[in-house]
Amino acid sequence: MTTVATNTSTAATVEREGRGAGHYIKLVLSYGVLFLLAAAFIYPFLLAIGTSFKTLPEINQTPVSIIPREFTLEGYQRLFSFNVGRWTINSAIVAVLITLGNVFFASLAGYALARIPFPGSRVAFLAILGTMMIPGIVLIIPMFIILKTLGMINSYTGLIIPKIITAFGIFLMKQFFESVPRELEEAARIDGATQFQTFFRVVLPTARPALVALIIFSFQGAWNDFMHPLIVVTTNKDLYTLPLGLALLRGGMGQNLQWNSLMAGSMLTTVPMAIIFFIFQRYFIEGISYSGIKG
Amino acid sequence: MAAATGVKGEDRERAIAGWLFMSPTLLIFGVFIIIPILFALYFSLTDWNGISPPGEANFIGLKNFQELLIGGGIRQADFFKALKNTTYFALGVVPAQTALSLLLAVIVNQAWLRFKGFFRTTYYFPSITSSIAISLMFLFFYQKSGLINQVLGSLTFGRWEPIAWMADPRGLFHIILEALGVTIQNAPDFVKTEVLGLTIWDWISGPSIALMAIMIMNTWTTIGTMMVIFLAALQNVPGFVYEAAQIDGANAWTQFRRITLPLLRPTLFFVVTLGLIGTYQVFDQIYVMSGGGPAKTTLTVAYLVYRSGFTNSDMGMAAAIAILLFIIIFTLTMIQRRITGSEADA
Repeated sequence: MTTVATNTSTAATVEREGRGAGHYIKLVLSYGVLFLLAAAFIYPFLLAIGTSFKTLPEINQTPVSIIPREFTLEGYQRLFSFNVGRWTINSAIVAVLITLGNVFFASLAGYALARIPFPGSRVAFLAILGTMMIPGIVLIIPMFIILKTLGMINSYTGLIIPKIITAFGIFLMKQFFESVPRELEEAARIDGATQFQTFFRVVLPTARPALVALIIFSFQGAWNDFMHPLIVVTTNKDLYTLPLGLALLRGGMGQNLQWNSLMAGSMLTTVPMAIIFFIFQRYFIEGISYSGIKG
Repeated sequence: MAAATGVKGEDRERAIAGWLFMSPTLLIFGVFIIIPILFALYFSLTDWNGISPPGEANFIGLKNFQELLIGGGIRQADFFKALKNTTYFALGVVPAQTALSLLLAVIVNQAWLRFKGFFRTTYYFPSITSSIAISLMFLFFYQKSGLINQVLGSLTFGRWEPIAWMADPRGLFHIILEALGVTIQNAPDFVKTEVLGLTIWDWISGPSIALMAIMIMNTWTTIGTMMVIFLAALQNVPGFVYEAAQIDGANAWTQFRRITLPLLRPTLFFVVTLGLIGTYQVFDQIYVMSGGGPAKTTLTVAYLVYRSGFTNSDMGMAAAIAILLFIIIFTLTMIQRRITGSEADA
């Protein structure tokens, strides 16, 4: 942030000392590119929202308009007749439990790797690092095999348990705990606290910023996840999550796509994440800059 | 170190605490990652269909791999078709998203720029949106009567002929060759030679219109994440470096090439790696938007894994393809590491 401030004053000086025309061209070009692109990012979402409130005949009329001529809830009504309420609840349950699991277990593991010099910690660390190298898609077949062996196909446990700890979460927390001053723990240890007491009473309370980032990324990952539910839920429609239900709904419609319902479903999936994003924006950006990895 | 207090009890407490803290992780990772991978290695050598009890699968040695790589049948053709499509996908998307996000980051990082927060939020937003929701939105926009054709129509003053993006299997390079007068009919005979299950003519098709549609969408979705990563790195470049360069009379381009780019090298490496790993796994979008069609031109390796295992009930084959995909991604990452920078340890 200080860097930015320094930059500002420098640029202002240079500007005042005159590189007049060149500077204005740069200004117009930069804002031009940025606003045009911003429109290309915002307009699709507005059109999707507008379309979700249109009647089917109006949807393919040209020219496109984001504001429905005839406002209707038809798309949403049809969507809810497909049990989308249940999908939403499932998504929420799964995302919340996975997030809680990640927060708890990743903190424990992250702390152990950062601060407890236990025998074998290096091996454990490298093993976790290794799992991060394996692309998610490569794991769907092994995941299916083990879930089938354990009888966890078509169950909430199958949806939740395998995702309850992520290597990403462990790394985030490990990195954070390494930055906590050691004096804090040493004081607690001198007072006779055990490792567990030190962790829960002294160290964990300082981890709020990292925990918020972890909560956000875990929730986002679980809420938007498609591949894992697709593998786990093969027959039981009562276990569909929003992305899974939506994708299969689209498949079930064949060539006759009812766009207002599909856009309504997309918005239903997007809006809860959008609300969380706008509230915790700062943490999203900080989290991603700090870890560089998308949840 | 701290252990110098020398109390044996403390060492033991540490070991117990360490392993206890780690135990949930070890359990979950062991059961849901490590053991399954060993299983998958085994099942890739069987003919398991994924439905019958795994114990009934027959051990068939390397037959799955042999069919995929040198079999000469439809499986080999499909595998290399998928590999070709995925590679075109990566070759298009990775440079595009890297260059665009770097450009945006440099512009948004300008000190005099206002509405920074707005731009950053706007560009990042698609990154937090469900891939399924975005795929459905773009499926709608890519219709013949949809948004994309209309925008192209108004940009060209009506000269744009609307195309059904997702139904168009024509390859980009084939279209260009045709415009230059080269078609499969008049092309030299050697293009009909089969290499790894596909003719040379097929290999050089370029991405199909349908695949390009998905590539454009994918770039649109990921630019924001990459931009934020670049921005974080740019903010670590101290302002005085540019100040000094300005005094020396360096213009904006020179500053970018001589200061920004070298300092961003590790980040660049990181972004390209992320991009490669991401594009070689593209799946959700294919599932929702095309199912691998038209004419298998959007069939990707990741989608082929799923299709073999779950649609065609050939779980052994799917496991084999998954293993090959892992080897491909791993190799690419290593090669890329060699090229973009040995000292760039991201």
